[in-house]
Amino acid sequence: MSRFKILALLPLAVALSGCNYVVLAPAGDIAAQQRDLVIISTVLMLLIVVPVMALTVLFAWRYRQSNTDARYEPEWDHSTSLELVIWSAPLLIIVCLGALTWMGTHLLDPYRTLGRIHADRAVDQSKAPLEVDVVALDWKWLFIYPDYGVATVNDLAAPVDRPINFRITASSVMNSFYIPALAGQIYAMPGMETKLHAVVNHAGTYRGFSANYSGAGFSGMHFNFQGLDDKGFDAWIASAKSGGSLGRAEYLQLEKPSQNEPVRRYGTVDSDLYRLILNMCVETGKMCQSEMMAIDAKGGLGHEGLNNTLPLAYDKYARRGTALGPEPTFVAGTCTPDAPQGRTTASITAPLDTAPLLGAGLKRPSFTPLKSSSFFLGQRPKSDS
Amino acid sequence: MSPDLLKLIFGRLTFESLPLHEPIVVGTFAVVATGGLIMFAGLTYFRVWGYLWSEWFTSVDHKRIGIMYMILGIVMLLRGFADALMMRLQQALAFGGSEGYLNSHHYDQVFTAHGVIMIFFVAMPLVTGLMNFVVPLQIGARDVSFPFLNNFSFWMTVGGAVLVMASLFIGEFARTGWLAYPPLSNIGYSPDVGVDYYIWGLQVAGVGTTLSGINLICTIVKLRCPGMTMMRMPVFTWTALCTNVLIVASFPVLTVVLALLSLDRYVGTNFFTNDFGGSPMMYVNLIWIWGHPEVYILVLPAFGIFSEVTSTFSGKRLFGYTSMVYATVVITILSYLVWLHHFFTMGSGASVNSFFGITTMIISIPTGAKMFNWLFTMYRGRIRFELPMMWTIAFMLTFVLGGMTGVLLAVPPADFVLHNSLFLIAHFHNVIIGGVVFGAFAGIGYWFPKAFGFKLDPFWGKLSFWFWVTGFYLAFMPLYVLGLMGVTRRLRVFDDPSLQIWFIVAGIGAFLVFLGILSMLMQFAVSFLRREQLKDVTGDPWDARTLEWATSSPPPAYNFAFTPVVHDNDAWWDMKRRGYQRPLTGFKPIHMPSSTGTGIILAGLATAMGFGLIWYIWWLAAASFIAMLAVGIGHTFNYHRDFDIPAEDVIRAEDVRTKLLAGAK
Repeated sequence: MSRFKILALLPLAVALSGCNYVVLAPAGDIAAQQRDLVIISTVLMLLIVVPVMALTVLFAWRYRQSNTDARYEPEWDHSTSLELVIWSAPLLIIVCLGALTWMGTHLLDPYRTLGRIHADRAVDQSKAPLEVDVVALDWKWLFIYPDYGVATVNDLAAPVDRPINFRITASSVMNSFYIPALAGQIYAMPGMETKLHAVVNHAGTYRGFSANYSGAGFSGMHFNFQGLDDKGFDAWIASAKSGGSLGRAEYLQLEKPSQNEPVRRYGTVDSDLYRLILNMCVETGKMCQSEMMAIDAKGGLGHEGLNNTLPLAYDKYARRGTALGPEPTFVAGTCTPDAPQGRTTASITAPLDTAPLLGAGLKRPSFTPLKSSSFFLGQRPKSDS
Repeated sequence: MSPDLLKLIFGRLTFESLPLHEPIVVGTFAVVATGGLIMFAGLTYFRVWGYLWSEWFTSVDHKRIGIMYMILGIVMLLRGFADALMMRLQQALAFGGSEGYLNSHHYDQVFTAHGVIMIFFVAMPLVTGLMNFVVPLQIGARDVSFPFLNNFSFWMTVGGAVLVMASLFIGEFARTGWLAYPPLSNIGYSPDVGVDYYIWGLQVAGVGTTLSGINLICTIVKLRCPGMTMMRMPVFTWTALCTNVLIVASFPVLTVVLALLSLDRYVGTNFFTNDFGGSPMMYVNLIWIWGHPEVYILVLPAFGIFSEVTSTFSGKRLFGYTSMVYATVVITILSYLVWLHHFFTMGSGASVNSFFGITTMIISIPTGAKMFNWLFTMYRGRIRFELPMMWTIAFMLTFVLGGMTGVLLAVPPADFVLHNSLFLIAHFHNVIIGGVVFGAFAGIGYWFPKAFGFKLDPFWGKLSFWFWVTGFYLAFMPLYVLGLMGVTRRLRVFDDPSLQIWFIVAGIGAFLVFLGILSMLMQFAVSFLRREQLKDVTGDPWDARTLEWATSSPPPAYNFAFTPVVHDNDAWWDMKRRGYQRPLTGFKPIHMPSSTGTGIILAGLATAMGFGLIWYIWWLAAASFIAMLAVGIGHTFNYHRDFDIPAEDVIRAEDVRTKLLAGAK
């Protein structure tokens, strides 16, 4: 048995030298700390795993039937001191590991801003971190650099030793944003935002990809992450500047499913685009989730809210709708004087009457849709108001 | 015919739904159909249909139902393993611009089906089958508490398996991964029948699993023979009790979460959609609240098997029975407090993550204690290396590795770099194969002589053992390595050529496991042919310790002519030691449950209803649902539920055993 296992491990040992163990040899401080934790935990557990394996082999051999020299005590089935040892030995290890876990989890929380950029270097507070908004699309990655007004598809770059703050969301299904050389992964989920704080310490080109299966084009959903020096990063931004523009219309084209996408660059980006994607209201006339939640936080629209929907003609790439359910709809955006035609506004204006709205039969709040909107009138399905 | 009429009759089932354009599927269908036809013709030619129907399909005997569960598990293992081989081949080929031989439409179904089948229709039937067969015998009962329910549960499990198998040839299976996370599994992104096959396959089988859980809990709690207090139950019965408590407490969650998903898919609710207030993460939470206990449902009975095997083949009492029992109970409880470790990476806060990480690690304490208990059972024993004991040693060496990587993955920062990687795949195959599968094989080898009256052939068994063990290590150690290189799971094509060698090694490992499975089938065939040489007439071929070995092999329908009385943990060992004399006179008629065909009919109707719902054939769904109600109500008017085995029959059966035992001496 054990001999066979050694044979099985042989090819591992041979190839251990030539491969790229990116998880064990990352280029970013966060990933390096995570690696350290992997190694420390493994060593801690080996303290008990190795003796158990050794004892298994030893006992199996020593007390084999043919070895009549060995003691045989068929009735021996209890020993309090032994029981104490076998419960407390794993317990002690788990106490150590648990403490390590508690500290490590808090220190390496992806939501936590960086305190250091390397084991011996603190963050330079005078330099602002690099903000990157990440959107997982079917099946490619969109990276928006809000501070530079550029965006790229399947191409990510960051200056070495400058903290990066990622805000991450998705357009349709769940993906996981993972650059093993930089930091651990975090899911990219539609209508939700996750965060990741990381820093790259060594210049180079690393691989990033989706680590959660997301459909047919999943295998091709990877990109290069470049750690660049400051000059190189400026040149990279400049090259991105030469690209076209990314507005709402272009985004809706881009988010349609496609596989193995080449790198694309956009020199100008709608500054509101990430917020619209996150709130799932890039399409004109759709109510943003933030707005919906703000209304709900005030007590909601009651039954009147049911009328504020429009038939869904086309969503993403397949018309939705179920066999037995009603025709699919979406929540219409509210029209305001600033944004007629149901265009969403950048921020929600608080209603004049701040008393909570509770249920049906109450007056509509003062920011309710303008009735004059020609965009809605033709299609409203069951308006009785 | 008009399209409307066709739609009314066939729903969305059309000729295009048949995967005639997929040569691999057509080839598979040809092989399966030919094999099926040959089997059908053979059974008809030898006129065994009547025998199968009256003695097996409609039987409520827990032993026969247990055996049928095992057959189901082994048949489905062949399907699930074929999927595994296809994946290994695809991943070994798809390098350097090659697309491999599977397109994503096919490949994504293969990995989904592999996971679903291996968990629900291989591991679950094997575990349930062993519990069904062994538990009533171990506690000295004549059958389970609800024998008809037991038959019904089994056929519902078969119904689920039939639906999943049907998806191979009619339509397609889900392309979502084995847990079908929305939004991907919701109607917007998976409008085809695949996810519906998934939902109804699991719902139909889930009814069976839940009912069988209730049945076995009742059996263990109520039907123990006199003297068998809770703390004198054999450890396998204890683990079976805990497993069934887990089943009853967790499978309803799966049922509900799948019901909510089907509401989303059928009537347009928004439980798990992206908009209208739906929350896909709620699905992820709920499915893992079922999913984590599920892995303990599978592994606890395996722990029970290893306990029985270790103590029997070491010729020694189990070390630390009490701590073994408490460890099992602690694992049962803790298994509900760890589900979030499956998605540390979804952005829960650090405090939540560390809580679930630490609870997960705490489970390793009772598990570690169990490991030591087995070790000290071997200590100062006389170990006979029969096949079940070999599986146990392989388990102990393999499982500690899997446990170690599991605890590693429970450290959230480590999980951030290893989640969804091939390291994770290696980890859970390490514990499921090393724990559950090795356990099931140990159990099969151990109880086979009890079920059939002859031992399994050791040569082919050992061959199978070595193929499995070496194949396992070759197949999964490379995956650990690949995980550390940052390779993620479910990828269809690769562009880093340096990875290919690892996938080739893993493929060779999978092929060795394939040889292991073939050897195991050979083992069954050879053992059947050599059954006279391998015969065991004593009913106790291993010099074992628990009650199931007190009766004949195979046991009579009534298990025990007189209900045994227990004075010790190792009841049979104690009886043998104290010079137990088998009663030879005074036999009375024995009250037993009657066979019934209602279970198989109800399950068939449930399967038809599932098929109707999958294909939107509403009349079929409605008709089979009404028929189910009618048959169910009709069954309550069946007053021929029980009968008495006449005393003469009992005397005859016991006399045969007396003669055999006399011949054995």
